Amino acid sequence: MTASATAPPTARRTASPSGALFRHDRFAVVGTALVAAIIAAPVAALFAIAASGQDNVWPHIFGVVLPNALLDTAALLLGVGLVVTVVGVVTAWLVATCRFPGRSLFDWALLLPLAMPTYIVAYCYVEILDAFGPVQSAYRHLFGFVSRRDYAFPEIRSLYGAIFVMGMVLYPYVYLCARAVFFMQSAAVLDVARTLGASRTAAFFRVAIPLARPAIAVGVALALMETLNDIGASEYLGVQSLSVAVYATWVNRGSLAGAAQIACVMLLVVVALILLERFGRRQQRYSGSAARPHDRGSPVQLAGIKAWGAVAACLLPLALGFLVPAGFLLREAAGLIARNGFDPEFLVFVRHSMTLAGSAAVIACALGFLLAHAEQHARGRALGVMVRLTGLGYALPGTVLAIGTMVPLVALDAAIDAATRSLFGLSTGLLIMGSGAAVIYAYVVRFLAVATGTVETGFHKISPHLEMAARTLGRTRIGALATIELPLLRPAVATAALLVFVDAMKELPATLLLRPFDFETLSTSVYGYAARGSFEQGAVAALAIVVAAFLPVLWLARTSRIPLPREMVALTSWEGASH
Amino acid sequence: MVFTGRLVLARILCAAGLAALAAEPTLAQSNEVNIYTYREPGLIKPALEAFTKATGIKVNTLFAADGLAERMRSEGSNSPADLLIAVDIGRLQQAIDLGVTQPVKSEALDKAIPAQFRDPQGQWYALTLRSRIAYVAKDRVTDEALTYEGLADARWRGKICIRSGQHAYNTSLIAAFIARHGEAKTETWLRGVKANQARKPSGGDREGARDILAGACDLAIGNSYYVGLMRNGKDEDQRKWGNAIRTINPTFEDGGTHVNISGIVMARYAPNRANAQRLMEFLISDGAQHVFSDLNYEYPVVNEAPLPDTVKSFGTLRPDTLPLNEVARNRKAASVLVDKVGFDN
Repeated sequence: MTASATAPPTARRTASPSGALFRHDRFAVVGTALVAAIIAAPVAALFAIAASGQDNVWPHIFGVVLPNALLDTAALLLGVGLVVTVVGVVTAWLVATCRFPGRSLFDWALLLPLAMPTYIVAYCYVEILDAFGPVQSAYRHLFGFVSRRDYAFPEIRSLYGAIFVMGMVLYPYVYLCARAVFFMQSAAVLDVARTLGASRTAAFFRVAIPLARPAIAVGVALALMETLNDIGASEYLGVQSLSVAVYATWVNRGSLAGAAQIACVMLLVVVALILLERFGRRQQRYSGSAARPHDRGSPVQLAGIKAWGAVAACLLPLALGFLVPAGFLLREAAGLIARNGFDPEFLVFVRHSMTLAGSAAVIACALGFLLAHAEQHARGRALGVMVRLTGLGYALPGTVLAIGTMVPLVALDAAIDAATRSLFGLSTGLLIMGSGAAVIYAYVVRFLAVATGTVETGFHKISPHLEMAARTLGRTRIGALATIELPLLRPAVATAALLVFVDAMKELPATLLLRPFDFETLSTSVYGYAARGSFEQGAVAALAIVVAAFLPVLWLARTSRIPLPREMVALTSWEGASH
Repeated sequence: MVFTGRLVLARILCAAGLAALAAEPTLAQSNEVNIYTYREPGLIKPALEAFTKATGIKVNTLFAADGLAERMRSEGSNSPADLLIAVDIGRLQQAIDLGVTQPVKSEALDKAIPAQFRDPQGQWYALTLRSRIAYVAKDRVTDEALTYEGLADARWRGKICIRSGQHAYNTSLIAAFIARHGEAKTETWLRGVKANQARKPSGGDREGARDILAGACDLAIGNSYYVGLMRNGKDEDQRKWGNAIRTINPTFEDGGTHVNISGIVMARYAPNRANAQRLMEFLISDGAQHVFSDLNYEYPVVNEAPLPDTVKSFGTLRPDTLPLNEVARNRKAASVLVDKVGFDN
């Protein structure tokens, strides 16, 4: 795991440009390959399952399913992509560069929708906006309508409803990535643009956004992958996405192989899109200089209508993505506790959720750091490919991935069992599958892309010259890593850990399928109620997910813009001056 | 270093994680029985608790929405699962097709469960029955009887609410239609029902009742027990939905009402086989059957078991005599047709 950290001293001899430093470092390559193999194993298993298919599902898929599913999926992705980009970038820009009433509140609060599982928000909005929800009831009352047939009202259970729900829940990915970059962007760059006659708006569109593009792309990609692999909300809102087709192929038409084939093709499309985006900016360098605090330029004070416009622009997504659904849950939960009292068993679920998500966050971060570090220092093509391989899990529907996850785990269990049998005459049975370890593994497989992507963005912000300077001043590789890169990366690593933690808290399909006997987490208990058709009764657990994710999100907001330590600032500025 | 604190925290988290996980039960013991269930265990819990009380055998459950049969197949001979419970004949058949089950020979089961509701080879046994019925608007529909075939009539244009055609409950109903009328006629029928939809298929069965109350549709297709759950539930809104509707048990033109089952199969490598069979037999005892119909308003599979008033209020049930294996066999064709006619679009 620490292959790259324990790089051989030979690397020291190649004191040439940083990229070359690791080029021949076999340890980095081997370490990355090992991680890639472990993480990509479930995906490989899925490809194997796909290849084992005997009945041909494609004529049906191409002839009947795709024409519609493709349109729905494309419209969904386009819609969600548009919403998260606009909302995420605009709010990040306002918060990072302007001053207006409530700015410091919005700064962290805009992240809160991250705490909401998409399918729960979908349930909430159906409750709120459906015919008997408070909104339509008030509408009827106001205009004297009697029946739902007497008036037109936008239907929440529709494609637009799904775009709305997912856009409002997923925009924080873009907000988070863009905000970090906007905070770090040197004011000098913008000042230069302004000096050259660009208006603030022009500077935003022509300088700030292009510079932030890699980060925004990471955020949008994460949001879109979540959209693509969602089944719960899509199904509930009646959207015929490709994931729903995968599900029908498997469960109703009894073809797991066929389902795996569709999932794999979807995966390849995602990979192609990601590669395309990377190809699009292959010639561009973004690392540049991180801003010193006093270099950031003072935020622009907004006044009057502009200030209130900014408040509205931030309040709207916060309200729609968090306040409204959370308020609804709170009302339900309060009613429930008043009626039934508080069930202490519930605290066990909290412990389970936190334990699994916490372990996954720590592991994913360690691996993500290793991968990002290896990729940063050894620019070999093979290595880059391997790192990308580890991110594939994020683009697959959760249940399908869980099926793939079982294959290597059970094989490992069988090997352990055979070994202990022959050595000690003891059967361990299914050691990993029978414990929560399988769930943690699935989380890491699924969310590693989030960790790697976030840490990578952090690395992009650090000039390679920094490390070279440290090495010139006699630091070892590990020394440079520990004293220079890690502290500089702290916000990025913290962000990665918390994103994985929050995502894992919300994860449902893999948790359901891979957990041990009689093991409830918050998300499985919410689902249990939903399965009984009374999701309102799961409101307490749903709210607990939100609260448990809420505190880390607060911390996340604080860390991801923490000022650099003084020594770092000195080094950074030195590095910036050399450009 | 600033980072140390967080690393320590991370280590504590990890250690706590391992400790917590180690504390969970991992391996099956002889005085236990392990159930994998597609059915949310909350509703069967009272029956399982009664079993433990009566026999001292501990019941462990694992509930998941999908993939349990695949999990059993992956786990192979090491699988801890003794029993698999599902709420749809298709799911049971899928497990059998995957080769993760074994037949059970039990005089008690064969005697109590009518032949129609168990596999001739003893591969699966029904525990309860649920009919797929029509919820109709109390104030707008006067019919006393309906046929499934008639749901395609133009008189229902824009008046029917139904959940996704790819949901197991509907797929099974359509599969039964195929078994009776063949694929061509089923396709025409499905197109007719599609044309009659008041809204895009979405939500669950209860939403059908809700939309009837809202006036968005006059007729909804749903499972029988939801009516009981809505009318007797704690949720005031749902009570209103339940009371806005009347139930009709539709029939096939030359048959009865479509009935699906919740059922149980024995795992191929069941480590606690004897306990598992004991539990199967317990679940069709009067007490357990009573729990199912009392708490979840399902029809008991055992003929002699008494019906609670709520279930009686659904009207006399005349189950269709089509063998359920036939329904399971046509499930794939049904799912294909649903896509073909764009039922959910």
